[in-house]
Amino acid sequence: MDPALIAFLLSTLRLSTPLAIAALGELVAERSGVLNIGIEGMMLGGAFAAFVLGVYSDSALLGVLGGIAAGVGLAALFAAFTLWRGADPIVCGAALNLFALGATGTLYRLVFPPELGQRGAPQLGELIPGLNGFVVIAVLLALGVAVFLGRTRLGLAVRAVGERAEAAHAQGVRVLALRWGSTLMGGACAGLAGATLVLWISDTFVEGMTSGRGFIALALVLFGGYRPGRIVGGALLFGAASALQFRLQARGIEIPYSLLLMTPYLLTLVVLAVFAGRVRTPADLARPFSGRA
Amino acid sequence: MTALRLWLAPLGAIALATAVLALILLALGASPARALGALLSGAFGDSLALTNTALRMCPLLLVGLGVAVAFRCGIWNIGGEGQLYVGAIAATAVATRVAPDAPGLLLLPLVLAAGVLAGALWGGLAAALRVGRGVSEVLSTILLNFIALLLVAYAVHGPLQELSSAYPQSDAFPDAARLGLLPGLGRVHAGIALALLLVAAVWFLFFRTAAGLRLRAVGLSPEAARYAGIRPEREIVRVLFISGGLAGLAGALEVSGVTGRLFENLSAGYGFTAIAVALLARLHPLGVLPAALFFAALATGSGAMQRVAHVPSVTVQVIEALVIFFSASFALPRRAGTD
Repeated sequence: MDPALIAFLLSTLRLSTPLAIAALGELVAERSGVLNIGIEGMMLGGAFAAFVLGVYSDSALLGVLGGIAAGVGLAALFAAFTLWRGADPIVCGAALNLFALGATGTLYRLVFPPELGQRGAPQLGELIPGLNGFVVIAVLLALGVAVFLGRTRLGLAVRAVGERAEAAHAQGVRVLALRWGSTLMGGACAGLAGATLVLWISDTFVEGMTSGRGFIALALVLFGGYRPGRIVGGALLFGAASALQFRLQARGIEIPYSLLLMTPYLLTLVVLAVFAGRVRTPADLARPFSGRA
Repeated sequence: MTALRLWLAPLGAIALATAVLALILLALGASPARALGALLSGAFGDSLALTNTALRMCPLLLVGLGVAVAFRCGIWNIGGEGQLYVGAIAATAVATRVAPDAPGLLLLPLVLAAGVLAGALWGGLAAALRVGRGVSEVLSTILLNFIALLLVAYAVHGPLQELSSAYPQSDAFPDAARLGLLPGLGRVHAGIALALLLVAAVWFLFFRTAAGLRLRAVGLSPEAARYAGIRPEREIVRVLFISGGLAGLAGALEVSGVTGRLFENLSAGYGFTAIAVALLARLHPLGVLPAALFFAALATGSGAMQRVAHVPSVTVQVIEALVIFFSASFALPRRAGTD
């Protein structure tokens, strides 16, 4: 194969993997009726934790675990306010993004000695010859989520909670427990996606480095029509678009840099404009459930 | 009792957030009393501090007002930052390219009107996507923020870059396009007065006119509003126009009143802080006044706190987030169907 084409395909795989991982987690959360627009923040928290743990321990595996833990922690904060206190999820999701941006910025500048920033984070590397560990994880995750939601009793219960929380409650399903679990799962995936940025795509942490990937993942759930396979397909499409954008930059095509950088956001908007109206979202998405019904 | 709780809740949110800030300071080994003292004197201590606080309050008032109105109508406009930036771009385009030689009395109104119009259209784009294509405004306004930020970058590296091409910034505004300063108040520009007027005007619109009643009705329950003969789609377009227009005006006032030029990172995250402002105000137009003052003081004072206690200024975002969390949990008026 043409080496340029191979480079393009590899770059597509690299750029789509974190999008797919984050979107699959959000899929589980949204199927349970939880809309968390704080993925961006959880990803950022995951990237930061992966960087700190990775650099200190020199172990990519610990970095991955740290990223997941940070995502879960931030998701728990979100769940505490939205599920426990019944606060509005959109407002709290926006706050979560702000919180993660401020918290990682503060910790990065204060707690982390600058000389460690010079050292790159360890890289996860290939798990199967030719395939980076994160790709393997993403594929397993996609299969796992598909089987879980489509073929298990617990997955059915999660979907029931997202469609008709009150009816599920009447059947004896523990609505809030499942929503908590799904939210934390979404956080774990977002944190893992953040770890991907640091332990594969670049080897360092930069404040605000997620640069909207969390929101693109959010849009991918809609674009994929709440199906794991299509969400992965959508992630690959977006990865390809970003890879193409980088290639155009490298070729020095006469398009201003800032306009090229705009493409993923514009593409997301166009995709939403075409597909959002046709997708049926879970009926009880973002509707509070008091637990007393 | 409920009314009292609703008014005490914002104070409680501030108290809780301050307590968390004190804990962060302790964890960092700084004296909370000293750091918070520095914060206060940095925000209110002398005339320079007061000027800076007032200057920061202006965009927070306008964007916060827009966010409050939109949220009240059940529209989650997270796009204040983008709407502010397109307002600044349009104002700069008029002031430095389209009509720099327009007669003095005409130019400034043109510049401000361009800002309002651009912000309103940017908000209107999200409304069109929502009403016409079923795209949630949450996602579209967030994406439009990123696009607006990159548009600024494009503008100051391209069509609006200063003619000498020395720096990525626009030409300086001609004098006739600069907002006047308020007499005796340092660098405080007349935009503050305009913002205060608009707070009163929006309050009047919202609580004393039929149009305001329609907007509030849609926020309480779109279905019930429809039965009452209100078309929610139309109100959604209207409220995003208003919300975006206010943010666009804030952007125009920044370039015309404060910086005199367009450049990247012009806004200190005003569009995002505005969400905290609106929630602390319990989505009430008049509540925006103290809330904007609080966050303006926090932002101004954080510089002083950084010097004294080495707390980075980004820590302010943590406080903003906590105020949002606490306000949303304890102080937000309940919406129909939620309880």
